Amino acid sequence: MTQYAETLGEMLARRGFGRRSLLKFAIVMTSSLALPPGMAPVMAANLAKAKRQSVIWLSFQKCTGCLETLLRSSAPTIDALIFDFISLDYQESLMASAGTAAELTLRQAVAANPGEYLLAIDGSVPLKDGGVYSLTGGRSNVSMLEEFASGAKAILAIGTCAAYGGIPKAHPNPTGAAGVEDVISGKPIVNIPGCPPVPEVLSGVLVYFVSFGRLPDLDDRKRPLAYFGTTIHDQCYRRPFYDQGKFAKSFDDEGARQGWCLFELGCKGPTTHNACASLKWNNGTSFPIESGHGCIGCSEPDFWDQGSFYTSLAGGSATGWRNAGIAAAIGLAGGAAAALSARSKSSVPPEEKI
Amino acid sequence: MTLLAFARGPALQAATLIMIAGMFWRLAGILLLRRRPAHAAARHSLLVRLSGGARTIITRTIPRRNFWPRVATGVSMSYVMHIGLFVILFAGAPHILVFHQITGLSWPNLPKGVIVIASALTLAALVALLVRRLNNPVLRLLSNVDDYLSWLLVFLPITTGILLSGETVAGYGTLLALHILSVEVLMIWLPFGKLMHVALVFAGRGVIGFNFARKGAAT
Repeated sequence: MTQYAETLGEMLARRGFGRRSLLKFAIVMTSSLALPPGMAPVMAANLAKAKRQSVIWLSFQKCTGCLETLLRSSAPTIDALIFDFISLDYQESLMASAGTAAELTLRQAVAANPGEYLLAIDGSVPLKDGGVYSLTGGRSNVSMLEEFASGAKAILAIGTCAAYGGIPKAHPNPTGAAGVEDVISGKPIVNIPGCPPVPEVLSGVLVYFVSFGRLPDLDDRKRPLAYFGTTIHDQCYRRPFYDQGKFAKSFDDEGARQGWCLFELGCKGPTTHNACASLKWNNGTSFPIESGHGCIGCSEPDFWDQGSFYTSLAGGSATGWRNAGIAAAIGLAGGAAAALSARSKSSVPPEEKI
Repeated sequence: MTLLAFARGPALQAATLIMIAGMFWRLAGILLLRRRPAHAAARHSLLVRLSGGARTIITRTIPRRNFWPRVATGVSMSYVMHIGLFVILFAGAPHILVFHQITGLSWPNLPKGVIVIASALTLAALVALLVRRLNNPVLRLLSNVDDYLSWLLVFLPITTGILLSGETVAGYGTLLALHILSVEVLMIWLPFGKLMHVALVFAGRGVIGFNFARKGAAT
């Protein structure tokens, strides 16, 4: 909660970790961030000189799934992040204090690192009715966000809810849920969408920020390019089957057992940007498609309102036979009326015109 | 709402309804056309007339031999384009999925590479036909906005389909949205221009053959 005089290098040396350990870690992280291999020594040197980064984490309208998954992060683990690279000065679910003591902790953390702390947000921001649908200590999320964003160096919107509004924003969006970037402007924001987000992406962004003092390159949706630059489809190991036209028709047919493409079963991999297919989940064990289920596109805006998870991207919202019948009837009636009108205007039979 | 969601949702529904209404409008108009009364007795029985209609549907798919040298290029290119379109539409996996969604029917698809080759050939044939139309004084004189608009509206879905298969110019979602939108524009225009021959070509030939057989003319 105070400003940290000791550098990470000094701290790691005190704990018995040498320069080589830090270099190995930097190699892993530069690879993860798609940086050139030559950046690893630079990152290691910068990390050694860096001081622990203060992070203030506010939870808004969310399910805590983002935090749950980040607690299970593997490279590096969240405890390593907390204790070695960042100072998680405020996180309601993890901290011991509560009530006024927690509020005091938050004030002290902000006062100790004005303009220097990273503000991490998980959960969407309800805006309807003055934001009354999600309060912390009697204060609305939007009020807290505006106050603490003003003193932050940058904002991390963690999870699809914080990035784009997520499931709380799903139609009819009863709470007026919005993403952080819909509320805050003029501050560097990085979106790390996913429901939940890939933990290693957050690790990578934090390490990059600590190493270089700025956010990594972002795409047009403020997502780190290194992790969101390609689609699931681009990196999917089932992609060759897509190109060969081999598709599973059901979740238990021969094609599914052969590991064929899940496009026809509604996989949203072609339109979903994320790193699931490369970083995978559960310490690199697998990702949803590898487990036999199509990608549901959870890291894309409004993914909950894009139709069924099991409708192929090639399909769409059908009009329905009833509406088609009505259209046909209107067409028939209109065409008949037009034809009869034309006939009534022509008093001379065609054969007599010749 | 994203462009893709718009293309797969309201735009698809609107285009489908307009196409259905338009096609039935055209059909009603054609069926209610005032026809010349047939004063002469039919030369042949109904069965012969029907077979004459069916035969004409087939015989008019190939030009008469004495015309062939003059029309070979155009007809060949036209066949390449139409067969290509058929292969793309009925053998491409995503397209079969759409039919499956609408009708519940499904059939095996061809690999993406084959569809891409068919698309490229179709595109080349389309371009060749346009060049021929522009270079031939008679064809140019006979052509109107309908011809060029119809050409463009067939050209665009194939082009966006090829781009979609390559996924290089833009992201899959953007290209898919553009592809679907281009098809939807085609669907909207289809009943109102010469593209309506999709529904009328065989019926038209059949009626001509039927009437010829009635008069005892060769079909």
